Amino acid sequence: MNIIVVGLSHKTASVEIRERVAFSPNQIEKPLRELVALDGIIEGVIVSTCNRVEIYATTRDIAGGIARIKRFMADYHRIAYEVLEGHLYSHHSEAAIRHVFRVASSLDSMVVGEPQILGQIKTSYGYAAEFKTSGIILNRFLHKAFSVAKRVRTETKIASSAVSVAFAAVELAKKILGDLSDKTVMLVGAGEMCELAAKHFMNCGAKGVMVTNRTFERAERLAEEFAGEAVRFDELFQHLHRADIVLSSTGAPHIIIGPKDAAEVVKRRKFRPMFFIDIAVPRDIDPKVDDVDGAFLFTVDDLQEIVQANLAQRGLEAEKAEEIISQEIGQFHKWLSQLEVTPTIVAMRTRFDEIRRAEIERTLANWKDLPPDVEKRLEALTMGVINKLLHTPTTVLKKAGQGGRVDLYVDALRQLFELEAATEENEELELVE
Amino acid sequence: MTHVFFTLTLLCYGCATAAYLACLVRTSAVLNLWASRLLAGGCAAHLLSTIHLAVREKHLPLTNMQESLSFFSLAIVAGFIFFERRYKVTTLGSFVTPMALLMFIVSAVLHGEVRPLPPVLQSNWFWIHALLAFFSYAAFTIAAGVAIMYLLQRYFLKTRQFGGLFQKLPPLDTMDEISYRCLTIGFPLLTVAIITGSIWSEQAMGSYWVWDPKQTWSLITWLIYAALLHGRLVIGWRGKRAAVLSILGFVVLLVTFIGMKHSISW
Repeated sequence: MNIIVVGLSHKTASVEIRERVAFSPNQIEKPLRELVALDGIIEGVIVSTCNRVEIYATTRDIAGGIARIKRFMADYHRIAYEVLEGHLYSHHSEAAIRHVFRVASSLDSMVVGEPQILGQIKTSYGYAAEFKTSGIILNRFLHKAFSVAKRVRTETKIASSAVSVAFAAVELAKKILGDLSDKTVMLVGAGEMCELAAKHFMNCGAKGVMVTNRTFERAERLAEEFAGEAVRFDELFQHLHRADIVLSSTGAPHIIIGPKDAAEVVKRRKFRPMFFIDIAVPRDIDPKVDDVDGAFLFTVDDLQEIVQANLAQRGLEAEKAEEIISQEIGQFHKWLSQLEVTPTIVAMRTRFDEIRRAEIERTLANWKDLPPDVEKRLEALTMGVINKLLHTPTTVLKKAGQGGRVDLYVDALRQLFELEAATEENEELELVE
Repeated sequence: MTHVFFTLTLLCYGCATAAYLACLVRTSAVLNLWASRLLAGGCAAHLLSTIHLAVREKHLPLTNMQESLSFFSLAIVAGFIFFERRYKVTTLGSFVTPMALLMFIVSAVLHGEVRPLPPVLQSNWFWIHALLAFFSYAAFTIAAGVAIMYLLQRYFLKTRQFGGLFQKLPPLDTMDEISYRCLTIGFPLLTVAIITGSIWSEQAMGSYWVWDPKQTWSLITWLIYAALLHGRLVIGWRGKRAAVLSILGFVVLLVTFIGMKHSISW
């Protein structure tokens, strides 16, 4: 049995293509049912997010399965196959396992380490489980992917740092001001970046926002958006001392806040620390403000540097994550290959034969002066019993080899007779479930 | 018996210090947990050993350098445990526990000759004085530890070095608050300690204030912390200035503490 992956992502397709092949979660039952009805496809899961659309399936016929799923995606969304085909990637066997582990661990995301993707895959799997289009292999496969993702998350620092300028500003503010819940943000000028940063600050629990702008109406409008307070631009310094965080992004050609202003404001605040972020080019805040005791000034470049450092850090952590994934692939691949019919039959026969031999030896050891041909007869008798016993399961297994239920049988057999290595995997499965 | 407690304390403090230092380079909740457990265990053993000694000698073990250092480190550890619970600042442990461990080891190395209690120390005022003094010292030691952390973090911020240690250190404002809290605990204790000390001095030597080096240095320490507290409350000194003063105060305090051995009253 083979696992195959067919799909496209932000790496291979533009947003125009991605939105055309997206599957709506409200109507996911229909495509799921059509998917597993495809010739040679046994189990199927559809993952559809804004950055990727992927189909995970199991099949005995790798090339045929992949081709049929590609065709299915084009047909289902009524897109010309030739157009879609160029954007699709496909993986099978070990590469498919690696791909899904990487996706779940957020190593393939646009922002590496972002946490949403795992939840999205879990939801997608939930649909497949609900409509029973996933079976024993994909069930175990995705549970494995979830546990791998969890391992990556806890054992590496891949998701622990800010990778956007606005978020880096918030993180930095927390490092200076501590708890933000009693802190006020002041927006000087109404730039887009400032607005975004202010939103982040509010999301992280900042107490309130003040807005000032040369045109007071704009300040009022923006203040309304944050349920904050508009301040007239010429009254800036009468209000600045109330702000703990100052985000500046005016289009002014000259400095607006100089070191003397900052020193006065900080003094008025009884030296409670103030966090300035200057997003404007040319600068709004004199760099010397950073030398004022109690004032901490950062520019966009500083924040950008933090983001770059965090991204580089994530790169290092990603390497660790890849190692974890490689280890886990080995384990899972072993389990998957054991699901094959022939090795299972062989293993079962070996197990039975071992028992038979052991029993014969035990019997003969305590049996003195036995007639000459008893040993041969015993051999023939026990062999006969075993052959008869194993005949039906073997034929049923071989016959089932064409359909989807065979994996179920094989897995059950492996567990019932404790055929090698199957037990260790079981414990793990129970844990994730 | 004291020996058992002593070994246990040393072992716990040693492991706890190692764990707290490891916390600087590794992020692990388990490590944090064990660091504070070990320290709490050490603190308990230390307390038992101190009580045992007090019962055996029939007086508080504060009569010589060895005993004092041991008690000093016990007070620091207890104080730190309080602040760690209150402010969730594991990193503080990485700066404070090595100091406590060092004091404990130095105390162990100094051979404490068992001597009869000198008559000058046989005063209830002395015991109150010494106890309060050590608790105030512990508060100021923690304040100095936080001050060092504050200056480090400030340096990282100003020079844009956002490395591993930067990530580990608590927010500037939190450190400032801890430092202030230490000051508001330590200063009244020190004040009362100096007053009780001078009453004891009157009893033992017939004068409230004799201007011996010990008393002079105590006064200097008190003045520095008084200035710091005043500046903080009235002008709003915080941050860098407060941190530098707090470290200065601690250095003077150490001089006072070490100097007391040579004080005429001993």
